[in-house]
Amino acid sequence: MCTIVPISQTVGANRIVPTIAIPHPLGNPSKTPEEEKILRRSLVERALKALQTEITEQTVFTE
Amino acid sequence: MAFRIVHYINQFYAGIGGEEKADYKPEIRTGVVGPGMAFKGALKGEAEIVATVICGDSYFASNMDEAASAIIDMIREYKPDAFIAGPAFNAGRYGTACGAMCEAVSKEFGIPVISGMYPENPGVEMYRKHAWIVETPDSAAGMRKAVPAMAKLVLKLLKGEAVGRPSDEGYIERGIRKNMFYEKLAAERCVDMFVSKLKGETFETEYKMPVFDRVDPQPAVKDMKNAVIALVTSGGICPKGNPDHIEASSASKFGEYDITGVNDLTSETYCTAHGGYDATYADQDADRVLPVDVLRDLEKEGVIGKLHNKFYTTVGNGTSVANAKRFGAEIVNRLVNDGVTAVILTST
Repeated sequence: MCTIVPISQTVGANRIVPTIAIPHPLGNPSKTPEEEKILRRSLVERALKALQTEITEQTVFTE
Repeated sequence: MAFRIVHYINQFYAGIGGEEKADYKPEIRTGVVGPGMAFKGALKGEAEIVATVICGDSYFASNMDEAASAIIDMIREYKPDAFIAGPAFNAGRYGTACGAMCEAVSKEFGIPVISGMYPENPGVEMYRKHAWIVETPDSAAGMRKAVPAMAKLVLKLLKGEAVGRPSDEGYIERGIRKNMFYEKLAAERCVDMFVSKLKGETFETEYKMPVFDRVDPQPAVKDMKNAVIALVTSGGICPKGNPDHIEASSASKFGEYDITGVNDLTSETYCTAHGGYDATYADQDADRVLPVDVLRDLEKEGVIGKLHNKFYTTVGNGTSVANAKRFGAEIVNRLVNDGVTAVILTST
């Protein structure tokens, strides 16, 4: 899970989930804590989905 | 007076034996042994091999620290001006031993250290930054090419002559950047390079990008409801106060922290050690980097089997690829031993 996807691609990560911002990849301080947690959960769920998906090459999971 | 060189070879090149003698313990003999004869000719009397260290490849590989320090002690009284190891061609254990000895000798005596290896020898990747490694063919049939090239380079180093670029001198890149003055401005050289590229002509970059290795994608997790998921981060999240003093940049270590019973990371308990991004948001709520809170919820709801009770963390800020690789290998080892199914790695 990373914000700068090209870096993850360069270093060879296989399952990549794009995140919000460098200092808060899994959060957004401009939202309320409740909204933020919903956002974080959706990103983590996407990571779990990525882990459960068969892939043959580097894949970016945008949804 | 000729420069003094100590030469390192394995049991095979010393004529002691092959694999059955690979447990041979280190010894030192005065003068040349085996390939040292060829070096004697190539050094043209300007330098002399005063002693030869012989060590079995398996012995060295299984007792690296012990063997290296014993050999250092043996070498000391010969007062070498330079150290030659090998050439090891494509022999993996031999190459690793040559590289490790070059590193140890260079650290201890501060003298030029040189070896010769085939580029795919694992010793190259491990030690090319610590030694001058001349590129050789993959087998001992290349001895006649390797020795003169190594001798030429060691004499240059001994005489303090300027050493040119890897492609000119025949050694394997060490990752050293040197400032150079050119007649042409950088902008002009850059455009020239670009034009050559467009024309399909050969051109040489002035700054190579590091080469990263690739791993095959791992199979998908089949049974998430029973999976153990671990969290690993390069975002520097650690218990408040950074108890292990993980460096804010160029990290030399990673941390392992127990989160048994931790359901939420708060500003009272966790922070970031990272010095490469604005820490404000991570210090306020470290879940923004390491999503423990959400994974606890998913664990309770039975979406995942379990959140692993330890997380691993380092600071990915100017951290060397070599260190990062070392951390990765060690962390994976521990995760596998603990029966972890899959990992979510977060980076900032």
